[in-house]
Amino acid sequence: MSAVDTVRNRLDALPDVGLVVAFIASIWAVMLVLAIAVGGANWANLAAGFIGSVTVLIGGYAILALALNLQWGYTGLFNIGIAGFMAVGAYTTAVLTAPTDPAAGAVPGLGLPLWVGLIGGMAMAAIIGGLAALPALRLKADYLAIVTVAFSEIIRLIVNWDGLAEVSLLGVPIGTGGATGISFKSANQVASTFINGVGQPLVAAMEGVGVSGPNLANLTYGILLLLVVAASYWVLARITNSPFGRVLKAIREDETVTQSLGKDTRLFKIKTFMIGCALMGLAGVLFRGQAGYISPQQFRPTITFYVFAALIIGGSGSNTGSIIGAATFSGLLFYLPARLGENVSLGGTRAPGNIIDAVAGLGSLDPLPLLAYTISNVSTLRFVLIGVVLIYIIQNQPDGLLGHRNEPATSVSLDRPQSGSGGEADE
Amino acid sequence: MSEPEATARQETAVTSDAIDSPLLVVDGLRKEFGGVVAVDGATFSVAEGSLTGLIGPNGAGKSTTFNCITGIHEPTGGRVTFDGQSITGLPPYTLANRGLVRTFQIARELSEMTVLENVMLAPGGQVGESVIRSVTPGLRGDVIEAETAVRDRAWETLEFFEIDHLAHENAGNLSGGQRKLLEMARVLMTDPEMILLDEPLAGVNPTLEEKLLERIHELRREQGLTFLLVEHDMDVIMNNCEHIIVMHQGSVLAEGDAETIKSDERVLEAYLGGDV
Repeated sequence: MSAVDTVRNRLDALPDVGLVVAFIASIWAVMLVLAIAVGGANWANLAAGFIGSVTVLIGGYAILALALNLQWGYTGLFNIGIAGFMAVGAYTTAVLTAPTDPAAGAVPGLGLPLWVGLIGGMAMAAIIGGLAALPALRLKADYLAIVTVAFSEIIRLIVNWDGLAEVSLLGVPIGTGGATGISFKSANQVASTFINGVGQPLVAAMEGVGVSGPNLANLTYGILLLLVVAASYWVLARITNSPFGRVLKAIREDETVTQSLGKDTRLFKIKTFMIGCALMGLAGVLFRGQAGYISPQQFRPTITFYVFAALIIGGSGSNTGSIIGAATFSGLLFYLPARLGENVSLGGTRAPGNIIDAVAGLGSLDPLPLLAYTISNVSTLRFVLIGVVLIYIIQNQPDGLLGHRNEPATSVSLDRPQSGSGGEADE
Repeated sequence: MSEPEATARQETAVTSDAIDSPLLVVDGLRKEFGGVVAVDGATFSVAEGSLTGLIGPNGAGKSTTFNCITGIHEPTGGRVTFDGQSITGLPPYTLANRGLVRTFQIARELSEMTVLENVMLAPGGQVGESVIRSVTPGLRGDVIEAETAVRDRAWETLEFFEIDHLAHENAGNLSGGQRKLLEMARVLMTDPEMILLDEPLAGVNPTLEEKLLERIHELRREQGLTFLLVEHDMDVIMNNCEHIIVMHQGSVLAEGDAETIKSDERVLEAYLGGDV
């Protein structure tokens, strides 16, 4: 009985919504404990900061993992261009909503409201996703992967390109800002305005216990992002638990058979790819562009692999698993170690300058130098941890935390209708 | 005997046999893979409501013929007509929607899906296959209604093939024989007119074989389905098919009922590879 099995059995016992809420709440609890342990008198503000940041991370990765789960987990479309489709969404929103009269040196945009920008960003990401999928439809899965990764790099290089930094389109000056990036309407600002308006009494009360305004606004934003996750989950659950979702699963299993049963698989693949890319575009704005500023550096391919890691941990093929995986990855493997490293110190032991000195301590049976070294370099070493967890999961639990569950692709209960004879299959 | 002569004789045979109402007509079908000619001018037809057998030694081109008819491969030449309309080179999903479906030589179950999901996938034109309808609250009513009907029919079909006790099992956990039954159940759910069976009895034990054949005959009798059967077991073909087509080296060598085929020297020659 491995540790993962134990966690699994506990998770299995809960209904899905309760499961996700309990899981995120326990990550919050861990953050709270950490803040109390290291924060001293300032613990409340520290806790709000930790919880706000971790919630935004969980929200962002959850949307991305859900989108990837639709494409890869359900349909088997191997999209390794996630970063590119996020960039398309984020940049489209940025160009649509950037002010027409920007500060000196910044790039002007169309000055449209944020909601128009969000819809535009999602639509554009869907269109570009559809274009990327078109040539790949006639090809086998591996070629789609190559096409998407190439697309994502092309997109990043285009937005990084000076030639588009500021151009005049039909007399209207717009642009991507090139390598310096672009500022636009901040989604974070919406949360801030909201909490400082309607939530004024709460802000005052929180300030009483030492929680700063920006931290509270960030926490509000994180919670709003979780609402977006909930909405995405609702839509995706309906998409996947339907005859449409059944065809997607069948395409993943055997496309030839699916075609032989009368399904035009190309249409299903294109639609799926576009829906997934639209969500990725949304995450590009709300997650990477939350502060109202984006630059090409934020859309490097590494984020694509983080999302894959999150989905593999959670269990591809399961919507609930996608969110749990995103929370585990971003909260426990990505964020928590970094905060531990910053805030935990080993009394008098100074961290050695390099790994050789750290290991040398072991020769005299003194583990403290190595421990101190590990803690002070944890933000680098956490990637080793992520790698170890991935290898462990792939070897021992290839289905991830929840991928073993059967989420039947249908809109109705699958029990035998009443008229049927007895002998119900055991479950 | 030389090939062209055989083909010529065959063509006259088909016209003189005068199959009353051919559902499927294959005319001069040809398929080349690079320099290899897998199917070389195969010509035959399958009467509506019949159980027709397609036999031939290994490499005779039976499976390639199947793949060309069902749109898995695009034929290099020739014509295929189904129900009076040309279906040459049409994709598999179009054919399935017109009522021409197939099973595979090696059962291709969708292994990570349950048996019930496998079967519920098959019916054509399900309203819930539209994303908008499946998601939008107001439109979902139709989807639920259609799903309930599909589910009920799926249970009936599983009961017909006696694999209903496995409904919630992943298809990948089924035994070889159960997979063959599942494939049959699945194609049946598409409401076909004609089913092409590619070695449905290979690796199936005698009891199950009996059961499968019984189902095939029952479907013919009661729903008027047409079957084209590729099979290596001579006894099965001779005892069950009223019309038999023998392929050899990519073309049709002989055609007729069991007695005709049994007494055809060319067939024995093709199978035994020499004088008999």
